[in-house]
Amino acid sequence: MINRPLLKKLTLTLVAWTAALIMFFPVFWMLVASFKTEIDAVATPPMLVFKPTLENYAAVQQRANYINSAINSVAISMGATLLALALGIPAAYAMAFFPTRRTRSTLLWMLSTKMLPPVGVLVPIYLLFRDVGLIDTKAGLIIIYALMNLPIMVWLLYTFFKEVPRDILEAGRIDGASRRQELFYLLMPLSLPGIASTALLSIILCWNEAFWSLNLTTSDAAPLTAFISSFSAPEGLFWAKLSAASTLAIAPILLFGWMSQRQLVRGLTFGAVK
Amino acid sequence: MASVKLRDIRKTFGRTEVLRGIDLEIEDREFVVFVGPSGCGKSTLLRLIAGLEEITEGDLLIDGQRVNDTPPDRRGLAMVFQSYALYPHMTVADNMGFSLRLAGATKDERDRKVREAARALQLEPLLDRKPRELSGGQRQRVAIGRAIVRNPKVFLFDEPLSNLDAGLRVQMRIEIARLHESLDATMIYVTHDQVEAMTLADRIVVLRDGAIEQTGTPLDLYNHPENIFVAEFIGSPKMNLLPVRVKTVSDDNVTVTLPDGGALDVPVKSDQLGADEQVTLGVRPERMRISERGQFVGQVLVAERLGSETYLYLQIEGGEMLTIETDGDSLARIHDRVAVEVKGENCHLFNSAGEAVGRAD
Repeated sequence: MINRPLLKKLTLTLVAWTAALIMFFPVFWMLVASFKTEIDAVATPPMLVFKPTLENYAAVQQRANYINSAINSVAISMGATLLALALGIPAAYAMAFFPTRRTRSTLLWMLSTKMLPPVGVLVPIYLLFRDVGLIDTKAGLIIIYALMNLPIMVWLLYTFFKEVPRDILEAGRIDGASRRQELFYLLMPLSLPGIASTALLSIILCWNEAFWSLNLTTSDAAPLTAFISSFSAPEGLFWAKLSAASTLAIAPILLFGWMSQRQLVRGLTFGAVK
Repeated sequence: MASVKLRDIRKTFGRTEVLRGIDLEIEDREFVVFVGPSGCGKSTLLRLIAGLEEITEGDLLIDGQRVNDTPPDRRGLAMVFQSYALYPHMTVADNMGFSLRLAGATKDERDRKVREAARALQLEPLLDRKPRELSGGQRQRVAIGRAIVRNPKVFLFDEPLSNLDAGLRVQMRIEIARLHESLDATMIYVTHDQVEAMTLADRIVVLRDGAIEQTGTPLDLYNHPENIFVAEFIGSPKMNLLPVRVKTVSDDNVTVTLPDGGALDVPVKSDQLGADEQVTLGVRPERMRISERGQFVGQVLVAERLGSETYLYLQIEGGEMLTIETDGDSLARIHDRVAVEVKGENCHLFNSAGEAVGRAD
């Protein structure tokens, strides 16, 4: 007799591992390629045994300013996240605790803007940015990233705020808390885990964003995504160097995500289980 | 000094009218209990007084001042919630001192007032704990402490005991009664539990469907319910209600025909009723006794022995059910046939609209 629960467990484990490996493989391949020479990197069949080299990393450091881009990425991700939180928290507070008949539709409408392809608004945004002098500035990217992530952040914050018992805020109101005090002394401390995971998600999304950074920056404000793409040059595609640049670009956020994994998972599954 | 006056208070949510014209005067230092089944509007009424909901129509006066548009914290009241609504991220001391902190009181003053309230409620050893480290009863006490610290003119309680287990509920009930005694404050208390209402209230307000059914002292409501709803709601077990027919009407006396054909004289004002009218006879279980001369004969379906007394549930001839209260050591058993006697002066009569017919005395 086959042990049915065991079989089920084995199958599920196998599926999970397969999915995880498929998702991880490109990252792994990139990491491996970054230690190959350019010739080894494009060899067919792919070389699994090779002599590792650090020359790609050296070349990347020479050719482009990795540090500068990294600083830009950090500044833009943080800045955009803070700006989006500053706008999103009051918005979500209003919608969660003072809903009107149209709150639901407003939320849906906000989310629907995410379904629009960004390229659809590239030209107007570009012209607007050009006219106000925001092209290739960190401020410009901070604004566009904050707006880009705002709908999702408001949604997340809204659901987190909804979990806070109304009674507690009402008790605060009777105790004499103004709306602002209610927000700062009660709601925000109570939903801190939710706010933190929203912020984490926003940082990750900003860090990985490429469409706007490629189109709206050239050098001064170029974040790491633009830095990577500079290795796909008109003279040809340099696989090994591209891989090295990518590894350098994703390393910080990967590390960051790994360290905050618990927080992130807790935040994103918050309220799903009571 | 705080009186609360409600003048034709109405509340609508969208198109639903939740409160349909409430008129009520609550005296200074009075303990008033709003009681009624769920959905009767009692909690909404309390929230209107607290300022957590807007009043759609009518006037709310505290100490003669119209406060319809005054924010909650400036109405001089404190509220204890059913869920306690403690601030989970603050210690007990911070919970109790939050209102003082918002009001800009110095740390010394805050400490002093919090300690004072904590001492009165035996909360001193818990001051540094967080709410999640407290038992239900302790949380409730902190919630009351938080209210006391505000030194309010009026205390509002929204079903404060319904999350506690039975034993603790009785204990907290006594504490609240003592608190009322020692604080000399006006208290408004919402509950669906008529026992809480009876034991705590100076005056009970019975609500149904957003309107007041009757207002009065606990014994008033018990002895002189104005309608069938109040008669059934107040008292446990419930009042027995039997459909009967008016036989004859004379001065200050109405004779009704009982289901078994017998007659009973009920001393009520007779001018409101005519012969042959269909009415409802109400008798409380504790006003019926087992007797050879009983007008009702029935079979015991269930006997509930509580020790101090026994409740017998009878099915009488004609199929109606009767509940009677008898001695704790009653020998009556299931399937026994017993005869039950009622006296006319212990009965209530309700007309076909469910309103009580006034007593003759």
